[in-house]
Amino acid sequence: MDLRYTQAEQSFRTGLRTWLADTLPALPSKPSPNDWPGRRAYDTHWQRLLFDAGYAGVDWPVEGGGRGSSPVEQLIFKEELERAHAPYVGVNFVGLLHAGPTVIAEGTPEQRQRYLPPILRGDEVWCQGFSEPDAGSDLASLRTRAVRDGDEYVVTGSKIWTSHAEVADYCELLVRTGAEDSRHRGITWLILPMDSAGVEIRPLTTIAGSAEFAELFLDGVRIPVSNRVGDENDGWRVTMVTLSFERGTAFVGDLLEAIELLSKSVALAHRTGAWSDPGVRRQAGHLKAELDALWALTKRNVSQAARTGVPGIGGTVFKLAYTETRQKLGEFSLSLLGRAGLAAHDSEGLDGLGSLPAEAMVEDWLRGISLTIAAGTSQIQRNIVGERILGLPKEPTRGL
Amino acid sequence: MDFELTEFQSDLATGVRRLCEGRFALDTLRRAEGSDRVVERDGWRQLGGAGVFNLCLGEDTGGLGLGLADAALVFEELGRALVPGPLVASHLAAGLIEGADDGSVVVGLVERPSGGSGATASGGLAIPVVPVVPVVIEHLADLDVLLAVSDEGVTSIEPSTLDATRMGRPMDPLTPLWSVSSLPAGTPVAGADVSARWRRDGAVLTAALQIGAAAWTTELAVEYAKERKQFGRPIGGFQAIKHLCADMVVRTEVARAAVHAAAVTVDQPDVGDALVAAAGAKLLADEAALANGRSCIQVHGGMGFTWEVPAHLAYKRARVLATQFGTDHELAQSLAQSLAQSLAQ
Repeated sequence: MDLRYTQAEQSFRTGLRTWLADTLPALPSKPSPNDWPGRRAYDTHWQRLLFDAGYAGVDWPVEGGGRGSSPVEQLIFKEELERAHAPYVGVNFVGLLHAGPTVIAEGTPEQRQRYLPPILRGDEVWCQGFSEPDAGSDLASLRTRAVRDGDEYVVTGSKIWTSHAEVADYCELLVRTGAEDSRHRGITWLILPMDSAGVEIRPLTTIAGSAEFAELFLDGVRIPVSNRVGDENDGWRVTMVTLSFERGTAFVGDLLEAIELLSKSVALAHRTGAWSDPGVRRQAGHLKAELDALWALTKRNVSQAARTGVPGIGGTVFKLAYTETRQKLGEFSLSLLGRAGLAAHDSEGLDGLGSLPAEAMVEDWLRGISLTIAAGTSQIQRNIVGERILGLPKEPTRGL
Repeated sequence: MDFELTEFQSDLATGVRRLCEGRFALDTLRRAEGSDRVVERDGWRQLGGAGVFNLCLGEDTGGLGLGLADAALVFEELGRALVPGPLVASHLAAGLIEGADDGSVVVGLVERPSGGSGATASGGLAIPVVPVVPVVIEHLADLDVLLAVSDEGVTSIEPSTLDATRMGRPMDPLTPLWSVSSLPAGTPVAGADVSARWRRDGAVLTAALQIGAAAWTTELAVEYAKERKQFGRPIGGFQAIKHLCADMVVRTEVARAAVHAAAVTVDQPDVGDALVAAAGAKLLADEAALANGRSCIQVHGGMGFTWEVPAHLAYKRARVLATQFGTDHELAQSLAQSLAQSLAQ
């Protein structure tokens, strides 16, 4: 067990840090959260800057056009970006973290040539059409139907939780090509051009009041068969292959942001006088222990990925623990705000307290609520730990 | 950076596990339940021979010259096997008290009550002192040497000179207890720097014992959940039970990462603040051992409430260890202090 970085790792960090210090001050100001065209422009501009500097796709293999960095360098990359408050991956998320890796692993040479470079350059944006109103945790029950008609599939159905749909060029789409009850054996992975006829997008407003997600309605949408990645009815496996690209760094930015939020909460408690309460200090101290442990667990998971080349089960353990800690931290910061936290709007405290940072803290608290739901609810994650790590009997599942 | 165990470290842990399975099987250990003496001298010397006490001593002084990270892995295995006795105290005393290093002398440790805040003499951040009222001493009848630790340093007390009362019905039947109304001054054997280091390293090694036990109770619970059938199915197939077990894994793995990181940080001071890491690790390891002990009993249902099923032994040991080298409240306050300090910087 060695927590020291090698000379090569340190020089990667130094080079990145220098580039960030030179590049970030020249960025335009951030667009408002509901200005989708503005967000696309901002996020893709940032991706282009990364591309020009050779930092696009650090976690992509070289044969896919990426940098092919080691898991430890990926960790350093995400750590440095977060510490420098660089822009988030934003609208590039699905392309860089899911659709791109899928095309790398399972796409034809033509598909790789066509779709990968524009993702890395920030020219094209992807969204994800996996979940459906009736297929959430039980994704394999999805019903969006694709019927073959010559060189095309004709697709009808609906998708939900499709982030960035309004500004996306393509959608990675899971459709049912097998029999109605074929579950994971009858699913196909398609590339849907978002400007196809019959695609309707309806924004979905979250409890945070933002239009972060959309519903996607597909009515007889024609998709060329050449847009299929992998074989017909093999889409479940194609989707799972992508998950193996994860190297334990998925939450690095999030975690470091949480550590900073704790520090801001402690500063707030000092300003309001709440810090004199041992109960408040105890909560803060406990949160520090949890966040530090999660940072150590991140390094453990990254090291494991570096050794074995495949992600361990550590990612599931991390997500379960992190999401609950993050929600506790949200509750903690809101309790410190008291009645100033009843509006997501900074307000002036009494007696020279100055401005209370309610906007960021309330937003963060609300966003945090999604963490134990998105990308596999905590209940599903516990099933995974119970069944895949501990070997406990599986849940009875219809059709399996 | 490679935070995985080296091959040597895996082998070291496996070796100690084998020793524990052979020499310290739980059924054998349980024969001493309720006794005044639970340290079996020959076994203690075997632990010494395996390097449990002299692991971190320099090779020039007859030790193995290894780091606290290696020691933490060894103690994880000892904790997993519920090996009784003053393991951490004897490890810390090796090099200072003759014979502690090879297991021929059994050394105990007690915090000298100070009524102080727990800050070290230098005023820095510290693993805080447990407020000890009454002064409770573990394993007194087994001890050759008793060391009292305070902010000022370490003194040696001749165990036979103590006017101590055996406490009836100790919580952990394998951790016999005595109480004394006061501690004699004893003979000074080490200064403030040593007591500060012992409190830090003792917290890490005690935390390692705790995660070992937390992992063991998880296995015990899972094993039972696979075998025990109700409503025609193994109870581990029900989410209510499965999720209890999953949470046990999560607690253990998060705490284990913290304990290993704290131990490595002691060995590699450039990578972080070892005191802060030690406090956080002890806090989470205590919680994991306690919560997993309780969950293990719960998964066993009525059987878990019987003396026969060993789940309670792990739970009670966790309770004992949670009072040593910092309690939850003190550790969290100490971490809060570190947050306030980094804010000031």
